[in-house]
Amino acid sequence: MTQNANAPVVTLTEAAKHFGAVRALDGVDLSVAPGDCVGLVGHNGAGKSTLVNLINGSFAPSSGQVAFPGGAAGVRSVFQELSLCPNLTVAENLRISHPGLKGPGWRRPARAEICAALDAVFPGHGIAADAEVDTLSIAERQMVEIAIGFAPRGGQARLVILDEPTSALDAGIADQLLAHVKRFCAQGGAVIFISHMLGEIFEVATRIVVLKDGRIVAERPAAGFTRQGLVDAMGHVATEEAAREAESRPPPGAVVIAAEGIEARRGEIVGLSGLAGHGQAAALARLYLSQSSDWRAGRAPRAVFVAGDRPRDGVLPLWSILRNITASILPRDARRGMVDRDRERTVAEEWKRRIGIRTDDLSNPILSLSGGNQQKVLFARALASDAPVVVMDDPMRGVDVGTKQDVYAMIRAEAAAGRTFLWYSTETEEVCQCDRVFVFRNHAISAELAGDQITEERILQASFEMQEAS
Amino acid sequence: MSFLARHRIVLPVVSLAVLLALTFWMQPRAMSYFGLNLLFNLAVPIALATIAQMMIIMVNDIDLSVGAFVSLVACVTATFLNDAPLLGLLILAALILSYAAMGAVIHALALPAIVVTLGMSFVWGGLALFILPTPGGAAPGWLRTLMTVKPPVMPMAVVAAILIAAVTHLLVIRSGIGTVLRGVGGNSRSVARAGWNVTALKALAYGLAGLFGVLAGMALVGLTTSADANIALRYTLLSIAGVILGGGEFTGGKVSPTGAVIGALTLTLAASFLSFMRLSPDWQIGAQGAILILVLTARLVFARRGGAA
Repeated sequence: MTQNANAPVVTLTEAAKHFGAVRALDGVDLSVAPGDCVGLVGHNGAGKSTLVNLINGSFAPSSGQVAFPGGAAGVRSVFQELSLCPNLTVAENLRISHPGLKGPGWRRPARAEICAALDAVFPGHGIAADAEVDTLSIAERQMVEIAIGFAPRGGQARLVILDEPTSALDAGIADQLLAHVKRFCAQGGAVIFISHMLGEIFEVATRIVVLKDGRIVAERPAAGFTRQGLVDAMGHVATEEAAREAESRPPPGAVVIAAEGIEARRGEIVGLSGLAGHGQAAALARLYLSQSSDWRAGRAPRAVFVAGDRPRDGVLPLWSILRNITASILPRDARRGMVDRDRERTVAEEWKRRIGIRTDDLSNPILSLSGGNQQKVLFARALASDAPVVVMDDPMRGVDVGTKQDVYAMIRAEAAAGRTFLWYSTETEEVCQCDRVFVFRNHAISAELAGDQITEERILQASFEMQEAS
Repeated sequence: MSFLARHRIVLPVVSLAVLLALTFWMQPRAMSYFGLNLLFNLAVPIALATIAQMMIIMVNDIDLSVGAFVSLVACVTATFLNDAPLLGLLILAALILSYAAMGAVIHALALPAIVVTLGMSFVWGGLALFILPTPGGAAPGWLRTLMTVKPPVMPMAVVAAILIAAVTHLLVIRSGIGTVLRGVGGNSRSVARAGWNVTALKALAYGLAGLFGVLAGMALVGLTTSADANIALRYTLLSIAGVILGGGEFTGGKVSPTGAVIGALTLTLAASFLSFMRLSPDWQIGAQGAILILVLTARLVFARRGGAA
């Protein structure tokens, strides 16, 4: 498809978005013209979602510009997570995003429009316009969402952003979508297509943009890439130190955990990797609960948990640093059911020193600490216990590089002392610290890597669908 | 059982029909124009209060101040609206607006509605005591006439219930803005993404609740002819029970106005039914609760089977 001479639909100039110190998007230049189908690829946290949110106006850029030469009307996004109202019917959901449907008898045109849109994208879909969304399957909901994205809605769709549109669709339906995307672009529409299925990207995209660490690292016509080239562009060469660390480990001991197809031995650091939302976190949670949820767990729990989502399942925000650390060991150190205050303070002081929590006084509230130091407190809480298994749910979220190195060292030391770590991470660098890695794809383990096999390249290969999208 | 799952209205209708049949069986004289009016008279304000509660539950909140609010409205109606109608109307309009403002504040500051409305219930209750420290006042004549009107064929209470159900069904289920409001309960993020101002929508939902609360208070005074600062305190729980009995759910924007009205009728009827059974008033509240639990259990059982099928 040749690029039209028309003005582009959207132009980003040096667009950047920072969240505090995190540079989610770090100066991106991108222009999407009518007729373009831009394939957007990148690993987790590369900045794809931030880019999408800048274009659809959810965020304002921290610096740089996002311009719509022809006006912002007709720019639509179809989100990865389902964003329909489940209590409304299919036609009523169209009403939400189509304020033009007004007055008595708005239902009839709404039904007609959504049916036409569904027929156009997914011929033979079999979805009734009056069906309530929560009676539909996940795939059907995704289809409705896509159809609403392409529906005229009182104007005309000019740019449709599809974020992982096929993740819930089976192959035949996905093909219908890809065919529609091609038709839409041939008629002068523009599409930004985000997918982890490289086959799909190659099938529809006229141009492929590779994002890494908030920057565009490659932008070429689709024909200018090979699959391998694309994977290489997304990743970076595996760190050498990781390989070096792997050598000086004692041989692992007996199997401690064997469930969900995951096996972990005593003294081993086991990583769970893959793209976000492919079932790792759920598998980790099930593993943890199977180890810990027991009325008779008593004083010596089998496993402890290090949360990554600190506000949700990590810190106790009203408590002091001291109490946050000792929450895991209160039963162990209690005397006749009463908290042993002195012992509590000794343990906390020891861990403050060992793990380097930056505070003058452990009685300060936990929220006075920075994110990285709060995370250290959570590590201290877990490691202070005697549990042989430590389960970590992406624990390095929003943690600075220095702290990460400290924690890596601590984890290796504890593993050498015989503890087992289960480590879910979205960052390949962290996964490379592990002895063994299970890569998840579509809620199943797609590869088990050990030792020298653990490289960013191998992990990426196992995370992405390498076959043709068929 | 998917029939019941798809038509949520069936179970409330069946519950009401069963209870009505039992009542008629025990007290055949109730099966008359006069008897029906007597049975359902007091259901009118409760139905209106239930609709008010439903507006709040529709947007995923809960309102613990309905009872105090209706009491306050009753006090205003029995005093200001009777003595100085213009001032009375202004006060009632201000009350509706303050309800809308409460909704906007709850959403804008992300406060828990349950806490804010509980707090506000004391404010409403205090104001009501301030206006009417001892029971008294008088219903405006026109209101009294309206509530005691005798339409042909069907008694006032039944006509009013049908009217309330029809109007709110049009407003909440059929109209475009009602659909968007239910969308707020279903997935407010998606509504916000589509370019709606969710704060304004919540204010609208609370404003509508205020409007129906005011109507409930006025209807109550029209029936009782005088007011008292504690006249409607039990409406808070009755209204929540009515919404749920009528097939509504606490979260997810799943509500049914027709069901809510039927739920209110069922609860009122349950009280009369227990009197007919010569149950001592001491046991009645407990028995009413038992009926509620029975209906909800039935619903849960059907929902489970529907889900399993």
